[in-house]
Amino acid sequence: MLGRLSWAAIPLDQPLPLYSMGVVGLVILAVLVLVTVKGWWPYLWREWITSVDHKRIGVMYVILGLVMLLRGYSDAIMMRTQQAIAIGDAQGYLPPDHYDQIFSAHGTIMIFFVAMPLVIGLMNFAVPLQLGVRDVAFPTLNSVSFWLTATGALLVNLSLVIGAFSRATWWGYPPLSEIAYSPDEGVDYYLWSLQISGIGTLLTGVNFVTTILKLRAPGMTYMRMPVFCWTALAANMLIVAAFPVLTATFVMLLLDRYLGMHFFTNDLGGNQMMYASLFWTWGHPEVYILILPCFGVFSEVAATFSGKGLFSYRSMVWATLGICILSFMVWLHHFFTMGAGADVNAIFGIMSAIIAVPTGAKVFNWLFTLFRGRIVFTTPVLYLIGFMVTFVIGGLTGVLLAVPPVNFELHNSAFLVAHFHNVIIGGVVYGALAGYNYWFPKAFGFTLDDRWGKASFWCWLIGFYLAFFPLYQLGLMGMTRRLQHIADPSWQPLLLVAEAGAIVIFLGILCQIAQLYVSIRTREERRDLTGDPWNGRTLEWATPSPPPAYNFAVLPRVETIDAFSNMKRRGQPPVEPSYEPIEMPRNSPIGIVNAFFATVVGFALIWHIWWIVILGLLAAAVGILAFGWSENREREVPASEIARRERARLGLGRPA
Amino acid sequence: MQDWRYGTPDAPHHPAWNARHGTRRSGWRRWPSVCAAALLASCQQAGVLDPQGPIASQEQLLLINSTAIMLVVVVPVILATLGFAWWYRASNARASRSTDEGYEGRIEFVVWSIPALIVILLGGVIWIGAHQLDPRAPIPGKADPLRVEVVALDWKWLFIYPDLGIATVNQLVLPVGTPVNFRLTSATVMNSFFVPQLGSQIYTMGGMTTHLNLMADAPGEYPGFSAMFSGDGFSDMRFTAKAVPAGDFDSWVAQVRGTGSALDDAGYAELAKPSEAVPPKTYRSVEPNLFERIIDQTVSGSPLPDPPPHAGEGRVGAGAAWCPPIQQAGG
Amino acid sequence: MTIATLDFVPTELARGRGGGGPAPTRIVVAYGFWIFLLSDFVLFSGLFAAYAVLSGNTAGGPTGSELFNLRSVFIETMCLLFSSYTCGLGALSAERRQPGRFLVFNALTFALGAAFLIIESTEFAGMVSKGAGPSRSAFLSGFFTLVGTHGVHVTGGLIFLVYMMAQAIAKGLRPHVLRRLLCFSLFWHALDIVWVGVFMLVYLMGAR
Repeated sequence: MLGRLSWAAIPLDQPLPLYSMGVVGLVILAVLVLVTVKGWWPYLWREWITSVDHKRIGVMYVILGLVMLLRGYSDAIMMRTQQAIAIGDAQGYLPPDHYDQIFSAHGTIMIFFVAMPLVIGLMNFAVPLQLGVRDVAFPTLNSVSFWLTATGALLVNLSLVIGAFSRATWWGYPPLSEIAYSPDEGVDYYLWSLQISGIGTLLTGVNFVTTILKLRAPGMTYMRMPVFCWTALAANMLIVAAFPVLTATFVMLLLDRYLGMHFFTNDLGGNQMMYASLFWTWGHPEVYILILPCFGVFSEVAATFSGKGLFSYRSMVWATLGICILSFMVWLHHFFTMGAGADVNAIFGIMSAIIAVPTGAKVFNWLFTLFRGRIVFTTPVLYLIGFMVTFVIGGLTGVLLAVPPVNFELHNSAFLVAHFHNVIIGGVVYGALAGYNYWFPKAFGFTLDDRWGKASFWCWLIGFYLAFFPLYQLGLMGMTRRLQHIADPSWQPLLLVAEAGAIVIFLGILCQIAQLYVSIRTREERRDLTGDPWNGRTLEWATPSPPPAYNFAVLPRVETIDAFSNMKRRGQPPVEPSYEPIEMPRNSPIGIVNAFFATVVGFALIWHIWWIVILGLLAAAVGILAFGWSENREREVPASEIARRERARLGLGRPA
Repeated sequence: MQDWRYGTPDAPHHPAWNARHGTRRSGWRRWPSVCAAALLASCQQAGVLDPQGPIASQEQLLLINSTAIMLVVVVPVILATLGFAWWYRASNARASRSTDEGYEGRIEFVVWSIPALIVILLGGVIWIGAHQLDPRAPIPGKADPLRVEVVALDWKWLFIYPDLGIATVNQLVLPVGTPVNFRLTSATVMNSFFVPQLGSQIYTMGGMTTHLNLMADAPGEYPGFSAMFSGDGFSDMRFTAKAVPAGDFDSWVAQVRGTGSALDDAGYAELAKPSEAVPPKTYRSVEPNLFERIIDQTVSGSPLPDPPPHAGEGRVGAGAAWCPPIQQAGG
Repeated sequence: MTIATLDFVPTELARGRGGGGPAPTRIVVAYGFWIFLLSDFVLFSGLFAAYAVLSGNTAGGPTGSELFNLRSVFIETMCLLFSSYTCGLGALSAERRQPGRFLVFNALTFALGAAFLIIESTEFAGMVSKGAGPSRSAFLSGFFTLVGTHGVHVTGGLIFLVYMMAQAIAKGLRPHVLRRLLCFSLFWHALDIVWVGVFMLVYLMGAR
């Protein structure tokens, strides 16, 4: 009746997950009660949950990413603490069974439910504004994508309280992830939550490639697009080309687990090496999906806060596209030690090194953007400087790992862990936080408190170095990754330093929370009345903060790169433009309805409750078909309303 | 805050920001102390930086050389970043400014050439290094190579010396100065055989054979472990690689032959059951072709097939039940 | 949905370099659907790659040459290819606003697609009953998954087709219905392209 679900799935005998979910559950309950009591449901439903506005969806993605950062980070600090104390005969406080789930969940959550949502959220918010258009190509699909991602996050978190998560690492290599060695529901939680959110991500990729290539303001040729839009284009093309490979791979592993097939099993002809190949064919482009938009953020930040245009725009574009294509040609460097032979290893090593060329060119271009600029040290700029220093170190260790004989000694060691955290924290996290601070005033109408922002930056910077440089050393000393306890006591001092670093990063996260709280409380002091708090160069700063749903009353005519700078130089046109009515898409509940059924079906698949699977799929299909039948999905914003808003806006913000 | 429509583009927007530059400088002074602290805490050389064999020595050299090549670019970039950020801060009246949107062909050429040259150099290092240090390449040495067959189990390591007819668990004894030719497999999930001080690691996978060649140059005890997570007992999947002089090795072999149990089918079935933190153990004799039969068993999914054993290497897809007897392959 | 587009004249400098402003809805929808189809091709390429790697791993079980009946494969291939033809005729009828012919051609498309599925399911059922199901060996897992995924897509296409015929009947051949029909045609032809790959790589090469 309920498949393999039973009361035994609730970890009543395990205090850690039970208490933590208890606390989380109480917080969620408190929030729900508050919203109900205050009568906010109609507002939330109308303005956020069913919204198809890219700005709202972008904000929701960022909120999802930041909330999941707390979950992923608590996994991290638990792991660091375990490794700091479980030395010699001490077994620590996390038995292997739990520790294995924690590191598997940490990787899965950080990549799929923190980094991806943050990056996609920033792209969602900024790209249509920068392109000078009203929304993405398929706004309703955008909402569907977001809610499917949220479904994936929900399923992963359900594994804390109902059953267990995967213990097969965030890659899920077979045969360990096959039924024979992981018979319980853990790997299924991993596979289904990622399959479902993967569909959402793929649809986002389709949406943004279409938007960037087919929807731009009049006059905005390809070479007049902001660099962030170029990096977003590259990242989304990578999503379209790489995510289906992950989908296919997980389909095959699911078929092995559910229908007894033999894609990757030890017996009857399965090939576990093929999983590694397929997984990393997705996996390497994935990290470029994460980093390219962050490169774009840094390009925008460097140009804006140096007060001069990005150095060599053309070169940046070619470097971005070069990285995009090359990222598909290096995947074997994730398993040099699988025994492919010298020729194959050497070729992939050389290709991996070649990616350093366009990346290095970008770093030099940022450097020359700063050169002879007038640099204003806001929080985003601190993240830029921190990134430029930290990321090149990570790049160095990456190219080092691309040398196969060196890789043979450092593969899967703490050195590797330090390398990828180096580039992900130094690149993706710093970029996401820079973008968050940079575009926050545009989204909400007031800037974030800069002092708390800087405090958060320093904690993230110092904390990163304290937490991960010891790991470089430990990797060289022979420590491998994923150890639940440590045999060699001489490693403990370094592990304690790493633990200290983790605590400092935690302080950084607390500073971010404080920043948000203080900024909201004192928002009137930092109101953005002109829409252009940073003397920006690109079109998103030509709108009020926050922009109206239709973004631009009249689509801007673009004549140059840095279109907004050009508009400011040329000054205000003497005649008020004539406003036309604007057709905007209506809100739609299909996103959340679809996600609801996806959650139900996903959960039922994990627990083998087949009748719910069938009913849920049917209900989802009916929902989609009903949505497809509906008419009247646009509403017209009358010209008079647009005129009224524009006149009111122009009345504000006169200089004192 | 100024309204952009009133067309004075270069006026600073937030005069207050110009004052907030002081905190930048103190950042980079913290680094050396952090690095020093970490390094001091790990004064003892070990692992990759303490090579005890030719493979490990050559790999260490590659590591140091590649790092040095890249530091030539990375260090100036980091210094330039910090330098530019500080010198071109808004409050520095002495800095020259420019609003040029910058396209300078000559700078472009340099910007792309520097990484390209480094990468070309590294490409050569990679090609040559990958070929010289290919795990399959035998090590030239004075003595005849010793053959060792390695089987990764849950969660311990079985070492078979096929030419000597003995086997050990979680203990790998090797003669100094003799090249060792490993053939490796796993009876369960993917693992990775690794002794950092001797050199490269290599994956061990079910139903397949991987190859590795290592040699120990000096006597000593070198920690070894699995470098691929394989389940709950992974953290204890450690062994010791003991390099001893050639004479001591022979007497060790004789001693093993004299004590302990035999690794027959029943013994292997017992050993193959999942166990953690297994203490070192030796077997005085071992079934011939046990390694190949383990591979066949892993692939067919059935219990260890009865003799007559198959010769030659296990192939993916070869199941013991239907595989016709193969001619004895050499070595 | 539609994005508001304005009538404008592209500036001289912008012509031909993507400076024409937001594209019309019909183009945006078709382009987006085409990008989605490209992602579907990538999915199939992952399955093709897996099949290619595993095609020799028969684990002592039946091989392709023992199992494939090239005659029935030829018939189902003809059904599918011909259904693409009728689909094209249906699309032309829609463009010319000829609802009667539109329905006839699409009904034919449906019938041919359904015939393909019936032949394919019969083939699968036969293989399973002979003990050559997908869990017999890696080769068979790869086969059933690749060919089966194509079959699932065809099934989805048939549902899409019925739905679109219903919309055409109920609402007439209005712009948004025509846009979706365009998407259906793209989908159906793309499935044909994938089938050509399957036919060659799996059946023709496997039957040797």
